[in-house]
Amino acid sequence: MDIRVFLLLLLVLVSSVEHGFSLYEDQVGLMDWHQRYIGKVKHAVFHTQKTGRKRVVVSTEENVVASLDLRHAEIFWRHVLGTNDAVDAVDIALGKYVITLSSEGSILRAWNLPDGQMVWESFLQGSNPSKSLLSVPGSIVQINLKVDKDNVILVFSKGFLHAVSSIDGDVLWDKDFSAESIEVQQIIQPPESYVIYAVGFVGSSQFDVYQINAKSGELLKHKSAAFPDGFYGEVLLVSSDMLVSLDATRSNLVTISFRKEEISFSKTHISYLVGESLGIPVILPSKLSGILAVKFNTLLVFIRVKSEGKLEVVDKIANAAAVSDALSFSEGQQAFALVEHVDGKILLTVKLSHDWNSDFLKESIAMDHQWGLVQKVFINTYIRTDRSHGFRVLIVMEDHSLLLLQQGEIVWSREEGLASIIDVTTSELPVEKKGVSVAKVEQNLFEWLKGHVLKLKGTLMLASPEDIAVIQDMRLKSSEKSKMTRDHNGFRKLLIVLTRAGKLYALHTGDGRVIWSLLLPSLRKSGSCKHPTGLSVYQWQVPHHHAMDENPSVLVAGRCGPHWDAPGVLSFVDTYTGKELNALGLTHSVAQVIPLPFTDSTEQHLHLLIDSDQCAHLYPRTSEAIGIFQREFSNIYWYSVEADNGIIKGHALRSNCIGVVDEYCFNSSDLWSIVFPSESEKIIATATRKLNEVVHTQAKVIADQDVMFKYISKNLLFVATIAPKASGEFGKPTPEESWLVVYLIDTVTGRILHRMTHHGSQGPVHAVLSENWVVYHYFNLRAHRYEMSVIEIYDLSRAENKDVWKLLVGKHNLTSPISLYSRPEVMTKSQSYFFTQSVKALAVTSTAKGITSKQLLIGTIGDQVLALDKRYLDPRRSVNPTQAEKEEGIIPLSDSLPIIPQSYVTHALKVEGLRGIVTLPTKLESTTLVFAHGVDLFLTRIAPSRTYDSLTEDFSYALLLLTIVALIAAIFVTWVLSEKKELQEKWR
Amino acid sequence: MDKGKGVMVGGRRWAVDFTDNSTSPSSRDIPDPPGFSRSSQDQDDSTLSRQKKDAESNWKSQKAWEVAQAPFKNLLMMGFMMWMAGSTVHLFSIGITFSALWQPISALQGVGKVFESYKDSRVDLLGPKLLFIALNLGGLALGVWKLNTLGLLPTHASDWVFSLPPAQEVEHSGGGILLR
Repeated sequence: MDIRVFLLLLLVLVSSVEHGFSLYEDQVGLMDWHQRYIGKVKHAVFHTQKTGRKRVVVSTEENVVASLDLRHAEIFWRHVLGTNDAVDAVDIALGKYVITLSSEGSILRAWNLPDGQMVWESFLQGSNPSKSLLSVPGSIVQINLKVDKDNVILVFSKGFLHAVSSIDGDVLWDKDFSAESIEVQQIIQPPESYVIYAVGFVGSSQFDVYQINAKSGELLKHKSAAFPDGFYGEVLLVSSDMLVSLDATRSNLVTISFRKEEISFSKTHISYLVGESLGIPVILPSKLSGILAVKFNTLLVFIRVKSEGKLEVVDKIANAAAVSDALSFSEGQQAFALVEHVDGKILLTVKLSHDWNSDFLKESIAMDHQWGLVQKVFINTYIRTDRSHGFRVLIVMEDHSLLLLQQGEIVWSREEGLASIIDVTTSELPVEKKGVSVAKVEQNLFEWLKGHVLKLKGTLMLASPEDIAVIQDMRLKSSEKSKMTRDHNGFRKLLIVLTRAGKLYALHTGDGRVIWSLLLPSLRKSGSCKHPTGLSVYQWQVPHHHAMDENPSVLVAGRCGPHWDAPGVLSFVDTYTGKELNALGLTHSVAQVIPLPFTDSTEQHLHLLIDSDQCAHLYPRTSEAIGIFQREFSNIYWYSVEADNGIIKGHALRSNCIGVVDEYCFNSSDLWSIVFPSESEKIIATATRKLNEVVHTQAKVIADQDVMFKYISKNLLFVATIAPKASGEFGKPTPEESWLVVYLIDTVTGRILHRMTHHGSQGPVHAVLSENWVVYHYFNLRAHRYEMSVIEIYDLSRAENKDVWKLLVGKHNLTSPISLYSRPEVMTKSQSYFFTQSVKALAVTSTAKGITSKQLLIGTIGDQVLALDKRYLDPRRSVNPTQAEKEEGIIPLSDSLPIIPQSYVTHALKVEGLRGIVTLPTKLESTTLVFAHGVDLFLTRIAPSRTYDSLTEDFSYALLLLTIVALIAAIFVTWVLSEKKELQEKWR
Repeated sequence: MDKGKGVMVGGRRWAVDFTDNSTSPSSRDIPDPPGFSRSSQDQDDSTLSRQKKDAESNWKSQKAWEVAQAPFKNLLMMGFMMWMAGSTVHLFSIGITFSALWQPISALQGVGKVFESYKDSRVDLLGPKLLFIALNLGGLALGVWKLNTLGLLPTHASDWVFSLPPAQEVEHSGGGILLR
């Protein structure tokens, strides 16, 4: 410990540019937590090998391939593929490789099943990239088959049929279908034959079958048959020689027998089959061997396909949610799982394909309704101890969570919705009530004493390795950090996150556990809202001064459709209880939500919702709110960035809406617009200051006691545009034809405060704006390196306020409110540096009062978060700073920004698929919480200028106590001694 | 300064006044011896004592001037120390500066005490006192100057605006790229 303290001191002394953040090994997990997710499961393949651990391999919508433990749901291994590398299919080959097909069928990879290492990778060439076969699910099919002891994988993608060896990924042969104008629907290889059938449509009314030799890939036969009624959608293989499809009118089921000499069609009218007209039929893609599932709205009809294309309805199920594929188990028996929702519970039925009437298994499972409806089912079998077959199913819920059901209960569940966070906000915890005793927190006195004795041992370096492990465990599981009340330092908060599934979670910042979750009823599919999507979440009510007894609440904005003119939905959720307080289905759309800096008497924040007709709607809809709003009416503006058209427009509110009688609706008129020439500039990034950012001071004291006044405006917008030619792929544009132009725009008046061009530079641009500076990251084509630039903007109109006497008596107007129409004169300084990494996200630390120096948080391409002092990005850096500048803390200029390994705030962890970094100020000025989210979640606490306002974690209280005790003892002893001596003196 | 005081106190531990200033013989019971002329004696005595007194007051004023000049040495020494301390703020320079400020102030507070022992009706203490005060004020000025060179005096605009909060803006604007 002493050595450590000494080293720390040494570090501080030796380097003035020492970094504020680094961890010791035993501090990992003390103030940070990390959660690993995979996302919504698309495909699941069970590992059927008898030996080895029970596993399932899944691929997800977050482009993750992972192997999960079936007993405990933990991740054995996981690979997060790139954002453009979506997984199309996953399977297991040879019993030891996981085969994945991704990037629209162009990359085939094999992963080692036990440890997830990549074995081989093949790039499959497609000549016809424009023809997207992915829009037709099932067109990319893998069938494993044996050809001379060599397992061959068949892949159809981009107009080619490839046969790939599963040993080493070599393409054995390929067959080009792109010239044949056939839209291949299925690749079928009957298990006993060496013939591959490729079936598909030519046009909409001709059905073609190609027979291909599985060994050589040569075409054996080509059959064609016309079906004058035409087809709709895709075909489904129901048995080894029978396909089913819908005709063009969607009123008939067509069975196609393709393996005979002549292709024969058989048409059956659906209403004749099911007895009545039930609506539009949809064939479910479940492979059920001989049975076909057709869905009409909520009704699911199972139809058996008999020989010669005869169809027969076997069952109708009203509340069916999902059907799995058929799974063959002992002696060619095939079973599939069917999930229904019955009175808030789910009913799981496992049926045998050949024997409909008997249910192999029927289980009813109570389920938390916050999971929503079942969306997908995957079935797996296992051998029970009595040698009979048992079934377990993996289900994917509406909120993206993954559950394993076995023997009528939920074995485990994973909240995979958290892998796709859209927006984050925060809420304070309740204030600690009086009367909570220590005894409630500590289990009992003995435990408490034992803990403290152990800690004492630890400080005195007497602890054995086992003791140290126990101490570490105690530190990690400290009840202090996971309490449900506010703490003095403000470290404990609730993170309110909105996920893509429309579910709201409250996470505790102490340990990351889910406090509550709510599948928002207003963001679920309903009759009036067909395709609801959540957009963003805002703090709605933050009680602190008044209305202390009210619970805080958040506002969730959403819309009922993919387009931005779809009607909006609003939902208000209490953050303590997790209950929806109110939900509004709006008549107008939600194009923008503008939180206003005003609150009403109950501390509700005023919000302005802009619809697609440029009308502004005020919320909350109370007369008090409108009173507050009317007072500030003429000072409220809004702007819109139309990135596609290259226009930025400023608007002012005018009067109440015309046509509708609604006193909360205001129409607006255009004030100004900035039009970027479409042939030379294209908007790719914007940045604004965070609304809740606090700035401590407007002045910046530079060397020689001089003052510069920062231009601090909440209405500052950073816009980056690039040349349209440079917006393509990397390496395409030449430096001569690409440039990056950055603007600083005042959004009230539309004034361009600063404009700068970086020639030979290219996007993507990431930017962050804080206080009076903006930092952005881009690629320099000339230098072939990434660069980061900083622009600082200063207010010159205040610069003459330098008379000490005037300032002394307060005769200055530095703090009086200013209008942007006064057009203050500004000055900018900027500088650029090389940066070695590409960036996924950029953020800046924020503290409660804005006194602490800032750090940039850079989400690197390696999915880590790097903290970089803002001092490195200071336009006043020069190669040889003067003595005064050195004293001020200016670092000598270097051409590139340093990456200090200790300053990775994620230390050894990775936040896979990093998408966003959010910083939350704590009550302690020196400290800020950093929340990084992607597929994984990570939260930590950092202090950009060290914790100058509190003792550090490893401060030795024992030593302090010991010193005090020793001093008191010394005082006592010397007092006694001196008394004695005085007495002797007197006797002499 | 202390030295001067010590000397002065040592000189005044005890004193017996042998001079007889009385001029009338009636004040004494014993008649003057024959041949004794009181007037001549008186004359003699008075000149002697006057001489003595002159010497003493001279000595006192000399001492007072010495005491008054004593801070000058201090000033020089302080100046040297300040030069040694440099212009960066650290423990040593701050200590020096504050002692340089404290010494003149305490000396000025005790001006009366310092010159008390030289109080005499015939000694003019105004000059030394003024010098003493001037020198100490000089010392104080030096200290303040040092404080300023250390940058600890709020003499720059930056010292008055460094914590001014940003001015509020009248207008408010929001928006951005349309929500997707």
